[in-house]
Amino acid sequence: MDTLFHMQTLLIIAAGAIATYLTRVGGYVFITRMKRIPPRAEAALNAVPAAVLTTLVAPAAVTGGLDVSLTMAVALLVGLRLSLLPVLAIGWVVVMVLRQFIG
Amino acid sequence: MTPATKDEIRDAFRRGSAVAIAAAPFAVLFGAVAIDNGLTIAEAALMSATLYAGASQLVGVELFDHNVAPWLVVLSIFAVNFRHVLYSAAIAAHIRHLTFWQKATSLFFLTDPQFAETERRADAGIRVSYIWSLVLGLSVYVPWLCLTIVGGLLGNLISDPKAIGIDVLLPIYFMGLVLGFRSRANWLPVVLASSAGSILALHFVGSPWHVSLGALAGILVAALMPLDGDEATVGDVVEGEA
Repeated sequence: MDTLFHMQTLLIIAAGAIATYLTRVGGYVFITRMKRIPPRAEAALNAVPAAVLTTLVAPAAVTGGLDVSLTMAVALLVGLRLSLLPVLAIGWVVVMVLRQFIG
Repeated sequence: MTPATKDEIRDAFRRGSAVAIAAAPFAVLFGAVAIDNGLTIAEAALMSATLYAGASQLVGVELFDHNVAPWLVVLSIFAVNFRHVLYSAAIAAHIRHLTFWQKATSLFFLTDPQFAETERRADAGIRVSYIWSLVLGLSVYVPWLCLTIVGGLLGNLISDPKAIGIDVLLPIYFMGLVLGFRSRANWLPVVLASSAGSILALHFVGSPWHVSLGALAGILVAALMPLDGDEATVGDVVEGEA
């Protein structure tokens, strides 16, 4: 037992897992308690995918260095035409090539 | 099993596999980083199995190594995962028809891609069924867990993700998801506001708060936009058909 798990780590993981699960059910529980969702709240919820997922992209694109910024720009352009997996492949090739040249 | 159910399972598995491939390097990376920071393979696997949230797992194990107070590690995990609150609120209308236990179990699998795929399915006017959610979730979850263990066994073989170019995969992947929603109302203003908000918040407040603050900026812009004739919002359409 001692070699597999440490008590403090186990407790942190358990608490982290509970906290994470609460975030996954919290929004549902909150929004379904509301009697009626006002139109502006509806518009806000409709914007959640773009609003949240963007925050996982934009900072990385501007603070990751020139190689990452250029790669993201290329990925954006091809992403308007191609589906996810080809875009990932192209992005990977571009960043590897760029790193050969600009280190 | 009806042919329609088979189609649902096939669609969910196909989409889930694509997600699993994109996430694979990060599962391996997480396993390797976890071992590097003093966790056992069993602990790393337990973390993948119970948190099942990549970014927060990486943040968590980074803090394990720095003698940070346990409550601060848990708070950081919570902060990184706070965006899921918005996700579960946004998909509420699409999963309302499920039973209590079906909701309780399918919400466990609510990752970024699970959310994006659920919204996309609802956008297409298709009812989100339990079997579809579950197959989608499991076809990402099982590889995620297995590859965590593989990463743990490989140890710090890929200690530098930059060297093999996999550090850009996740941002590109998320950008692809963002682009997938570009036909929605107010998409461009929302993306611009979230970009500016998250970049400024990263600079002035720091990580991981830039995610919540940036998202808030985009959501506020959407809420403040004039409500025009476009009001057949996605949620309404789907509810009407369900």
